Amino acid sequence: MEYSKEVLDLYENPRNVGSLDENDVSVGTAVVGAPSCGDVIKLQIKVNEDGKIFEAKFKAFGCGAAIASSSLITEWIRGKSLEEAIGIRNQEVAEYLSLPPVKAHCSVLAEEAVGKAIVDYQKKNSEKVIA
Amino acid sequence: MERTQRRSEVIYLDYQATTPCDRRVLDEVIPYFCEEFGNPHSVNHIMGRTAKAAIETARSNVAELIGAESPEDIIFTSGATEANNLALQGIARFYREKGDRIIISEIEHKCVIEASRALERDGFDVIRIPVSRKGIVDLQVLEEALSDRTLLVSIMSVNNEIGTIQPIAEISEICKRHGVFFHTDAAQAAGKIELNAFQVDLMSISGHKIYGPKGIGALYVRKKPRIRLIPLLYGGGQERGLRSGTLPTPLCVGLGKACEIARQEMQSEAARLAQLKEYFLSVLFSNLEKVYLNGDVDSRCIPGCLNLSFAGVEGEAIMLGMPEICISSGSACTSETLQPSHVLRALSVREELAHSSLRIGFGRFTTLEEVKFASEKLVEVVNKLRQMSPLW
Repeated sequence: MEYSKEVLDLYENPRNVGSLDENDVSVGTAVVGAPSCGDVIKLQIKVNEDGKIFEAKFKAFGCGAAIASSSLITEWIRGKSLEEAIGIRNQEVAEYLSLPPVKAHCSVLAEEAVGKAIVDYQKKNSEKVIA
Repeated sequence: MERTQRRSEVIYLDYQATTPCDRRVLDEVIPYFCEEFGNPHSVNHIMGRTAKAAIETARSNVAELIGAESPEDIIFTSGATEANNLALQGIARFYREKGDRIIISEIEHKCVIEASRALERDGFDVIRIPVSRKGIVDLQVLEEALSDRTLLVSIMSVNNEIGTIQPIAEISEICKRHGVFFHTDAAQAAGKIELNAFQVDLMSISGHKIYGPKGIGALYVRKKPRIRLIPLLYGGGQERGLRSGTLPTPLCVGLGKACEIARQEMQSEAARLAQLKEYFLSVLFSNLEKVYLNGDVDSRCIPGCLNLSFAGVEGEAIMLGMPEICISSGSACTSETLQPSHVLRALSVREELAHSSLRIGFGRFTTLEEVKFASEKLVEVVNKLRQMSPLW
């Protein structure tokens, strides 16, 4: 597969690889994709008191495009509010990385991961309010 | 022999995909482009006869490598894809009154699978028999699939992804007993293992898999007792009327020379490749956990082909981490269709491990230095990717 220099750079020097404490209430966790499909992205966000994402981490099992998409989206959501983060479209990721059409699903997974991590964070915190 | 026939900045370990043309083959071929350019079918003058003589020498070399009874059994084609299509379609269409069932294995090359699918669309009944976890056809299953209406069995000699060797003699025996034609795609087997074409009815080989030119192959079509085929191409009736078209003399000569060299060096080369493979595996197994060999681990496998799965990491991602090393992956991510390898699926390799697979092929110009470098690099890349894998 012929990749853009943006993908190659993020593959070589991935930003924000790692994990956050899943039990921390300020952390939202998402695992999307399936091993049998060849792509799994785990993405975590840590939200501060202002409701902004101040840390984002990922781990990825997948091709270069999957690694680059998830790394890029963690860069983009850092410092953003949850509304802003959820507004990031997979097409923007695919465009920035010049992903070939056959790899577009990698950017879809990255977008899905952000959405699910936010939902997880919100769920944890709404439960806290109710309790 | 010099093993310096390669680009210094890359390490080529994809010998099942294609091989470089051996310089000795090239040297033999060159005169037939500009000097001895006669049409081998123009036998009424000296130029034509010279070309024809060169082609007949090549034909003998092909016959000898694959264990054919006579050079007359060999039909030159454009490659194994054409040879396989000619065999399957040719038999099916000529003998369709006699039956309509064709049996292949689930791990055949795409060209056999697609040729049989085309026949299926024409009303033939195609049975794809499964293989064991080691990638070997179960003879009992084969026998059960045979019926009175079966025309042809087509089972490859050596698989192109996992390198396993099928029990060709036994399959041949079963086919004979049932009076069914037996074709074998030997593109990956020729020059690597001893072949006995006389045991089968049809056998395909390819030039570029054995250090010959691309664009040439051959189909062995047993002449006694005669096997008849409907040709794919009509024209001047060359090649016993089975494959019309002026023969490309340089390519035929190249295939012949490649077969001659392969025959002479097969044994020593097999031993050398087995050592390289052993070394490569020892580096991987002593430095990495959860590396799995796909296919057969014992001797029913050619030495130059390795198919490995690296748990927790995806094949294309590994390849991206070592761009100077040319290998292949069975991962969906390397295919346009996003389907993982049909061969690994047929072996019941877990899908995630199919995505984690690499095929590494050693060949005539592979050196120990290259194997050492590639194995160490592979360990490094797999470790790096495992650190960022959510599955590890």
